[in-house]
Amino acid sequence: MKLKTLALAASATLMAAGPAFAAGHAIKVGMITTLSGSAAGLGAEIRDGFQLALDQAGSDAIELIVKDDARKPDVAVSVADEMIQSDKVDIMTGIIWSNLLLAVAPNAVRQGTFYLSPNAGPSALAGKGCHENYFNVSWQNDMLPEASGEYANTAGYKNVFLMAPNYPAGKDMVAGFQRTFKGESAAVVFTKLGQKDYAAEIAQIRASGADAVYYFLPGGMGIAFGKQFAQSGVDTPRFGPVFSFDQTILPAVGDSAIGIHNTTQWSNGLNNAANKKFVEGYQAAYGRLPSFYASQAYDTANLILGALKTAKPADKDAFREALRAANFDSVRGDFSFGNNHHPIHDIYVQKVVKRDDGTLTNEVVAKVVDDMVDSHAANCKM
Amino acid sequence: MSTVLILEQALNGLQFGVMLFMMSAGLTLVFGVMGLINLAHGSLYMIGAFAAAVVATWTGSFMLGLIASLAAAAAMGALIELVVIRRLYDRDHLDQVLATFALILILSEGTRYTFGSLPLYLNTPGWLSGVFDFGGGLVYPKYRLAIIFVGLIIAAGLFLLIAKTRLGIRIRAGESDREMIAALGVDISKLYTIIFALGASLAGLAGAMVGVLESVEVGMGEPVLILAFVVIVIGGIGSIKGALIGSLLVGMTDTMGRVLLPPLFSQFMPPVDAVPVASALASMSIYILMAIVLIVRPAGLFGGAK
Repeated sequence: MKLKTLALAASATLMAAGPAFAAGHAIKVGMITTLSGSAAGLGAEIRDGFQLALDQAGSDAIELIVKDDARKPDVAVSVADEMIQSDKVDIMTGIIWSNLLLAVAPNAVRQGTFYLSPNAGPSALAGKGCHENYFNVSWQNDMLPEASGEYANTAGYKNVFLMAPNYPAGKDMVAGFQRTFKGESAAVVFTKLGQKDYAAEIAQIRASGADAVYYFLPGGMGIAFGKQFAQSGVDTPRFGPVFSFDQTILPAVGDSAIGIHNTTQWSNGLNNAANKKFVEGYQAAYGRLPSFYASQAYDTANLILGALKTAKPADKDAFREALRAANFDSVRGDFSFGNNHHPIHDIYVQKVVKRDDGTLTNEVVAKVVDDMVDSHAANCKM
Repeated sequence: MSTVLILEQALNGLQFGVMLFMMSAGLTLVFGVMGLINLAHGSLYMIGAFAAAVVATWTGSFMLGLIASLAAAAAMGALIELVVIRRLYDRDHLDQVLATFALILILSEGTRYTFGSLPLYLNTPGWLSGVFDFGGGLVYPKYRLAIIFVGLIIAAGLFLLIAKTRLGIRIRAGESDREMIAALGVDISKLYTIIFALGASLAGLAGAMVGVLESVEVGMGEPVLILAFVVIVIGGIGSIKGALIGSLLVGMTDTMGRVLLPPLFSQFMPPVDAVPVASALASMSIYILMAIVLIVRPAGLFGGAK
């Protein structure tokens, strides 16, 4: 009888220990990002930036599962289902595009999975649609364009031609700019997402007589436009948020980009210890300068590693609090989460320069906004 | 809207149109003569672009790159005709679609395996950089003019080939009665390989020329393939003349739709709503055009009843 009780007690202890053992194991992070097609370079930046943080921490606390979404919402949704149902990931991250994020994140966070966005911050998830398990580690989409609007005011532009792809982020990028810009919009053009030929738009820019062109064309779109614009003989100044002028674009478009001003929350020359460690480590590991995509993924990984010091995802409330505390050294300097789990951070204007060794990159010119809070935060009841 | 802007947009439409013609000429010939639906035509476009990128980077010569694109696409076209396509002529269209779809997957993954998934970028050759000044404020990139020029020469060459040469007579004969010309002693399988390789080389050249403007990457051919199918359906399947008219119609409709619809919609809607709606409608415009053509002429503009 005594033996039986003992055996029961032992097995009960074992059963109780079961989940604790599992929680003691590596937590699973599912990364869905774009690794094929004209935006494959962006996904590689996200993956490499995240991996670098894990390697530098030398920690085996995180098991990373990386899958390609091919920039297709349907693919992203089925990969996400697989990660949640069969891989049983604790945290998801990686998506670059707002339309893919909107297809994946609301569903994932409702099922109790944490989603940490290393890029893309659609307004729909920042205001009324905010969620306790959704954290944005990059920016709300409107933030960099709002700073671009401020920049355009100080640069004295009165009449600006606006162009962005026709999808949720493109609309946020135009709305954000128009919120702060005091001048007129010469025209607003929405192109097809993934469009490669911009002859018709360039002709409109030529005919518009605008002071400047503001555009948001990330990845291969920005490269195609940049090359075609350089060949078009149009000399209207260009500017905008960093996406169209970042480290994934500059090597392919070449010297025609020199001097372009753009707004960003991070730059490879920002003077803080975390950023030095990141930029040097990234160059040593991958042999190229990091882009802002990589910086955001690096911050995302460090945010998770920081939160894991105090809580495990198995205890959702404790882990959520740990994430909210943002207990890590961001490569962008000051970083904290607002009420809607979107960053409060400084925004800079930087400009494209050519270094002595011939590398094209961006250099900070000035800080535009201090501790910026996004415009949708007030609508979030959290 | 100024005349200069309309003229420049017309040139853009023309350039897009001739590019589509290079792509759809081969597709329509293969369908017309051999009765074959070739979904892998887009992969030949991609192969041409990759061949040009590799050779142009290696030798530093853009012209050698173009020649390489023609040669590589023609060789690959001949190879897949001999190995795979040849077995499909007597099968029904579903088998052809399945087999050529498999070819897309094989060629795409093969290219990804060889070159990786990052896109390659080519620079415009120095002598075609910059713009040509027509005077009166109309300027146009030289490289795009070169595409128009090459496309028109190819169109003229194809018409001469089909109307004036023995090969052209055989192609036309093959189109109207396959069994009969075989019975008359024409080596039909050699003819098929030649037509297939010819179509492939044009697709490869189109890929190489567009690759310079945009980027060279795996899967670049499929969006163009869809447009090429729209073109040959509008033009009438099997007709080179139809492919030319169809290409120009599609090129103009797409370009002008993108330019004219947003201001038109802004007339009676607030601009905030008008621009996204008009932009979405503009990307549908060519399919609407196709639907209209099919309602009025179910066999396409130049399609004979078969």
